[in-house]
Amino acid sequence: MSEALLSVRDLSVDFTTYGQTNYVLRGVSLEVPERRHIALVGESGSGKTVTMKAIMGILHTPPAAITGGEIVFDGHDLLSVSQAERDQLRGTAMSMVFQDPMSSLNPVFTIADQMGTILKYADRRLGRVRNGKGRMERVHEVLTQVRMRDPERIARAYPIMLSGGMRQRVLIAMALLSEPRLLIADEPGTALDVTTQAQILKLLKDLVEERGLALLMITHNLGVVRETSSYVYVMHHGRIVEEAATADLFANPQQAYTRNLIASVPRLNGGTDFLAVGRSEEAEVAP
Amino acid sequence: MSDRPLLEIVDLRKSFPIRNKFGRVTGEVKAVDGVSFSIARGQVYGLAGESGSGKSTIARMIMGLAKPTSGDILLEGQNITGATGTRAYGRKVQMVFQNPGSSLNPRRTVGQSIAVPLVAHGLAVGQRQARIAELLEMVQLPTEFASRFPHELSGGQKQRVAIARALAVEPRLIVLDEPTSALDVSVQARVIALLMDLGQRLDLTFLFISHDLSLMRNFASDVGVLYLGKLVETGPTQALFERPTHAYTRLLLASVPVISAEEAAMRPTLPLINGEVATAAQVLAGLAEEQSKGNHS
Repeated sequence: MSEALLSVRDLSVDFTTYGQTNYVLRGVSLEVPERRHIALVGESGSGKTVTMKAIMGILHTPPAAITGGEIVFDGHDLLSVSQAERDQLRGTAMSMVFQDPMSSLNPVFTIADQMGTILKYADRRLGRVRNGKGRMERVHEVLTQVRMRDPERIARAYPIMLSGGMRQRVLIAMALLSEPRLLIADEPGTALDVTTQAQILKLLKDLVEERGLALLMITHNLGVVRETSSYVYVMHHGRIVEEAATADLFANPQQAYTRNLIASVPRLNGGTDFLAVGRSEEAEVAP
Repeated sequence: MSDRPLLEIVDLRKSFPIRNKFGRVTGEVKAVDGVSFSIARGQVYGLAGESGSGKSTIARMIMGLAKPTSGDILLEGQNITGATGTRAYGRKVQMVFQNPGSSLNPRRTVGQSIAVPLVAHGLAVGQRQARIAELLEMVQLPTEFASRFPHELSGGQKQRVAIARALAVEPRLIVLDEPTSALDVSVQARVIALLMDLGQRLDLTFLFISHDLSLMRNFASDVGVLYLGKLVETGPTQALFERPTHAYTRLLLASVPVISAEEAAMRPTLPLINGEVATAAQVLAGLAEEQSKGNHS
């Protein structure tokens, strides 16, 4: 079997608050092979964001604790390597496109400042030498890659001067700065209007395609799964309940949970029977 | 006349002044720019639009939370443009807000929240507890929920309470402002099922405001599409979705991520400019060009 670029094996994470332990991830396993586009889909509270944070190494421990499993990226077991090695991979070989373009950018620095800082630290970790001018050239280059028509102007701007879609593009550009091999995208475009979201998803698809990147798309939106991935993991209550090639999942879902989830999605061509979905899960009223 | 629409909106406009730093008015934003539509009794009218389209401003004007700059709002044939916000009007029109986390008072129990409109309108005097229990049953919640606080409920349950509160005064029209956008998709399905069921049983009329076109397709009987304060297209849901005539409607439909090949097949293709998805402004600018060319030839 060929080694996947990223493989998560049997990952378990607990959260302990006020002496009470919650088992948030219970043996999560998934693989992202080189150049493949994988989706991790789940409703709120399913554990998809915790999985992403564990992979990126940005879980707050405590309250969280990784109690079992391994995360192997490109042959390195991320849970046992030194902090320095880990830092070298994060933001360089794997990087992250964040969800909320309104709050992921610092309002008091220009885009060029923020991107320059990221690049400076990425360079330092990788032992690359680049001066301020070189960094700005790279910033302009990456902004052009995310189809910004006027990269110099965008670089000089403060976040408040940009629209939501522009800010999301800046976040994608930030993730691309250090030429990663794996891009992890957490609900990109969710905070945006549907027409802007379509632009961002198309851009993201084109970028990973033309640069040969692996993509792990984390989302709650089954439509986004179908449009962006070829293989999908469905998460529920801290477990992967089903995995399949994306087309197969929609054509032939195996688990009752997945079937109900798919049945809940309103269809653009009509015919969604909400009453049937409601009946099939009568036991909604929680204690 | 009994076959008059329940609600008629006629050339409704709302503009907000733009002020410079000295407070002098230097221009205006036309948030709602000449919108007309009507909602028949028992209908679910969907108002679709992206942020800034004016859909919430229209809802606020119907609720009497904002004053129209000009235009008329008629409820059962009566012009209520001046009467909005009064008690009598509040009995006829109620609203369910987007975020149940912030539209329910955290310091009131569910029962107290539902009692607010009953007290305000002097309804069910002496039998309020029975009425509250009845309303909770209507939204399929156990009656003992009356003594719980909002933080003890899930998002879907909170939204059910908000619906119960809106139903308390037996209104004619309920304005639903993105009632499920904060909910998970399976919870959304159940809340929509509840609204459909209540609509039929109680003969309610809904104005349903949403950005989710797939949801609108399955819930609304008629749809209006708003763009920058103007109603660009309106009509029966199925016809509008299958044969959209306006370029903006086509762009909106083309942008929706879908989960089946059948949906993808009925969806218009995304307009591309240099390999990139065109923005609404670009699409409409192109439209303007085509039209002006058409006029010249």
